[in-house]
Amino acid sequence: MVAARAESLTLAPPRKRWGEALIKAILALCALVSVATTVGIVVALFAPAFQFFQEVDFADYITGTEWAPLFLQAKFGVLPLIAGTLSVTFWACLVAIPSGLGAAIFLSEYARPRTRNVLKPALELLAGIPTVVFGYFALTFVTPLLRDIGIHVEVFNALSAGLVMGVMIIPTVASLSEDAMTAVPRDLRDGAYALGSNKLQVSTRIVVPAAVSGIVAAFVLGISRAIGETMIALLAAGQQPNLTFDPRQAVETMAAFIAATGAGDVPTGSLEYKTIFAVGATLFAMTLIVNAFAIRLVRRFREAYE
Amino acid sequence: MSATNPSVDLHGGPTRGAWRGRIFYAALLLSLTVGFATLGTLVVQVLKKGIGVVDPVLLTNPPSADPAIAGARPAILATLYLGILLIAFTGPIGVGTAIYLEEYANRNRWYNRLLEINIQNLAAVPSIVYGILGLAFLVRGLGLGRVLLAGALILTLLVLPTVIIAAREAIRAVPGSIREGAYALGATKWQVTWRQVLPAAIPGIATGSILAVSRAIGETAPLLMIGALTYISFNPTIAGPFTALPVQIYNWTKLPNAEFKDLAAAAIVVLLAMILLLNATAIWLRNRYQKKW
Repeated sequence: MVAARAESLTLAPPRKRWGEALIKAILALCALVSVATTVGIVVALFAPAFQFFQEVDFADYITGTEWAPLFLQAKFGVLPLIAGTLSVTFWACLVAIPSGLGAAIFLSEYARPRTRNVLKPALELLAGIPTVVFGYFALTFVTPLLRDIGIHVEVFNALSAGLVMGVMIIPTVASLSEDAMTAVPRDLRDGAYALGSNKLQVSTRIVVPAAVSGIVAAFVLGISRAIGETMIALLAAGQQPNLTFDPRQAVETMAAFIAATGAGDVPTGSLEYKTIFAVGATLFAMTLIVNAFAIRLVRRFREAYE
Repeated sequence: MSATNPSVDLHGGPTRGAWRGRIFYAALLLSLTVGFATLGTLVVQVLKKGIGVVDPVLLTNPPSADPAIAGARPAILATLYLGILLIAFTGPIGVGTAIYLEEYANRNRWYNRLLEINIQNLAAVPSIVYGILGLAFLVRGLGLGRVLLAGALILTLLVLPTVIIAAREAIRAVPGSIREGAYALGATKWQVTWRQVLPAAIPGIATGSILAVSRAIGETAPLLMIGALTYISFNPTIAGPFTALPVQIYNWTKLPNAEFKDLAAAAIVVLLAMILLLNATAIWLRNRYQKKW
């Protein structure tokens, strides 16, 4: 009796369900789209960039101080574009890092849950504003404002683009830093309070140091967004390659150059056309390094508290 | 917390450092204000300049060299088409990928882990790089030309990671007991996914996808690369040249004439209204259908 029941329970190997296998294949195909995107990006960037460097010496490109690809005597020194990018990014960080961190500390340590539930989505509204709108704002409001308060900026300048870009990335910095701070175990805070610390001490000496890798990762992701941001730089910083760190002058960032040249009608296969990809590859490599750094930091931080 | 401190502080210095705490608190409030003050100023500025110019001329006329009769009808229509195509393209592919990763993929396989890292990385790639991809492959490589479909496809690739991440979260929120119940009744994996998991996850997926699309229709840089910066006086078609609303805003903003800048402000009002409408829909969907397990 027992043996017979056991026998009926040994199931026959399940019938192969072709429909189920087909569905899994279709789903995997969907997933492959994003792999294909990555491969596509790498090929689209690096194949023409490689051709570019067969015509232009890489050392000249990376150390050259003059960028004039459309001139008869074309110059392909990328340093002015890199300087422009770094200059705008610097001013963006100057706004975004303190404000983002401050907002995160407030939301995580000071705000009551109800205040936080209102403020956090409200801050994220900022992230929903299209970048072209920020560009309009930088050009038509911030630049005249800077002039009014006595900073003699040109019509296009790195400062106004950078400041507005900084506001744009506040939500990125604030929300990721806040996640890192909320993940700090309560025990650490309670221990500090038990030793007589006040809220300021707990925030700055316990929570921020404990969450530091997550906070740095948030900074880094914000920086990489600023490096790749196009429209604000294109509208407010200008389209003049300029090897300067003077924030009052017009500069061209790498992303702005790509957009301006891509929007024009350069003939396919020409050297000007290939500059888009060479600069794009440089930009991509820069953001990739920065992102990889951030992802590693986030991972280390996660390991520490699980 | 600070209210309980004085009773704990045995050395009788409750005011020592209290002013520091207040300054710190003020600094935190100030840093929170930077974002909100800018947002407020931006909205007020745009409304002040633009709201008077949002009229039937703007909504129904094609662009023109004369600011008095210039409108944004082709751009507004193109942005609507882009939004519809985006939902049609990203929905199935994004949900398919999310289902694969959450329900089917074996986490221990290297290629599935690579897939996850890949999607995370793609979410952080600057939008201009997607524009380069579109220019190289869709417009020039495939010879699709500078058409609306190419724009829709490139924006699809751009928002796909965001949609996938949102859909995965929605699917993950469906409790395992529901799946196990269905399996116990003899359902196959696909029956469980299609009849139990997906219906339960749909509100979350829809909310995430609509939010992602609302970000995408404001994107300018990839469309510039695709060649949306052209003068279009007729209604766009899927296989024809186009200019989208953000590109029209860029175009008007960079003209030196103040009247065009006001037109840009008016177009911004229209764009922000569209984005706000999409966001409101997403929030309504979430509140209306979200389940608590």
